[in-house]
Amino acid sequence: MLWGTLDWLNAYMEKLNSYKAYEDAAKTWEGDFYFITEAGGAGKEPSYMYLDLWHGKCRKVDIVTEATKDKYKPEFVVQGSIPTWRKVAEKKVDPIQAIVTRQLKLTGNMGKVLRAVKAAQELVTTVTMVKTEWPE
Amino acid sequence: MQFFGVPFTVFGDDSLQYLNTIEGKRAFIVTDKNIIKLGLADLVTTELKKANIEYKIFDGVEPDPSIKTVEKATAIAKDFKPDWFIGLGGGSPMDASKSVWACYAAGIGPLDISPSEIYDLRAKARLICIPTTSGTGSESSWCIILTDTERERKVSLGSYETLPDIAILDPRMVMGLPPQITGDTGIDALCHAIEGYVSTWRSLFTDGPGLVAIKLVFENLKKAYDDGKNEDARKAMMCAASMASACFINGMAGLGHSTGHAIGGLFHTPHGRAVGLFLPYTMEYLINGSDKTASRYAEIARFCNISRDNDDKKCAKALVDAVRKLAKSVGQPLAFKDTNIKREEYIKQMEGLVDRSINELMTSAVTRVPESEDLEKLFTYAYDGKSVDF
Repeated sequence: MLWGTLDWLNAYMEKLNSYKAYEDAAKTWEGDFYFITEAGGAGKEPSYMYLDLWHGKCRKVDIVTEATKDKYKPEFVVQGSIPTWRKVAEKKVDPIQAIVTRQLKLTGNMGKVLRAVKAAQELVTTVTMVKTEWPE
Repeated sequence: MQFFGVPFTVFGDDSLQYLNTIEGKRAFIVTDKNIIKLGLADLVTTELKKANIEYKIFDGVEPDPSIKTVEKATAIAKDFKPDWFIGLGGGSPMDASKSVWACYAAGIGPLDISPSEIYDLRAKARLICIPTTSGTGSESSWCIILTDTERERKVSLGSYETLPDIAILDPRMVMGLPPQITGDTGIDALCHAIEGYVSTWRSLFTDGPGLVAIKLVFENLKKAYDDGKNEDARKAMMCAASMASACFINGMAGLGHSTGHAIGGLFHTPHGRAVGLFLPYTMEYLINGSDKTASRYAEIARFCNISRDNDDKKCAKALVDAVRKLAKSVGQPLAFKDTNIKREEYIKQMEGLVDRSINELMTSAVTRVPESEDLEKLFTYAYDGKSVDF
């Protein structure tokens, strides 16, 4: 499934909601996200993946566009290029390391994210469970 | 993409004189009452006077500085309008100074400091750090550790912008350190360098300072502990601490730090003593499950002439033995049962210890990432003083 599409996001939500390790690690997590993939390469427009994460479950996903991005006001926004998201998704770089080195840009309370490192890592592990095609 | 950054570093005899060459109007010194009492702040202000720099001292930093302390100091700094901040002391005052500087220059709260934002802090003020211990290495690090007193948890903050501009390593600042603090902080430096050297975040730039720092600690910590007036040992330990910091902060620390932080948050054990106690146990854990890390430990052992064995695991285990031997020789407990923490009290906090450790970034920056079960076993083994066999 192609990264950044609703099909991919639905498959990801299904994996997330059946993955015990994520549920345990994120049992106290409350917060929703935009994962933004910047325009570039095949992506002429930035893609906005919306995820509502609550107490170890994913309650809702959605895809919005640049024009409809105001539909949600998530607590956290993580933004990066396709190559960066790919490196994170393939576990070639730690997601927090990508944020610290500004490869990914985080908007939101960094302290809250740093108290949930294990949950962040299980989110990435779950990405590896979805067969992902990357825009060339 | 990886970064490597260190401050402009002034070291050796009379390094504080560098202060009278800086240009500026007002310096805000962040320190603690003990530093004032020892007369160390006077050495700094004497040089500032020569440079015609007005100064104000905030001496209210407590061990493990809280967010409230940073907010209080920032409010005072706002009235004073400094163009320099000076962090003077051990890790606590230096970390507090970075935080106060960032809050003042960016107009944000301590918990808002984010690596993703660009603050342009230097447009308003710059930072000098002057350590009075040889271990924390905060003078060479952008990282800020504050204590969230409400959650009884340490919070790691910072961005590459919060790296000090200048670090001044003047041996006069550490000559009077008592043996216990020399031991506690020196073992912290060893922990930084060893963990940084084997971190999954390491780079070619972190290897050099890491290896040299480890060798310097093995050669000089015991000498500085036994004879605090040994200037050569003191100078070497100051440099070792800064190099060790450059190694781990441009890479990442490891399990000794994540477990040690958990202990520090719940039992208030001094930082160096806590991370140093866990270091050999976590090294054994990595050796047992990761040939890659065993091989990195072997490189350290060979470089430091601890072992020349061709077998990496034997070399790595010799390094663990050497760490324990050094720690014991500088007054460090080798097991938690040797501290004043009672077993039942320790076990009662196990869930909190594991939860804090697993959510530390350092836990994931190793080649064998433990799950909760293994962390619980590590905490138990470290309490009992039992070599890790899993």
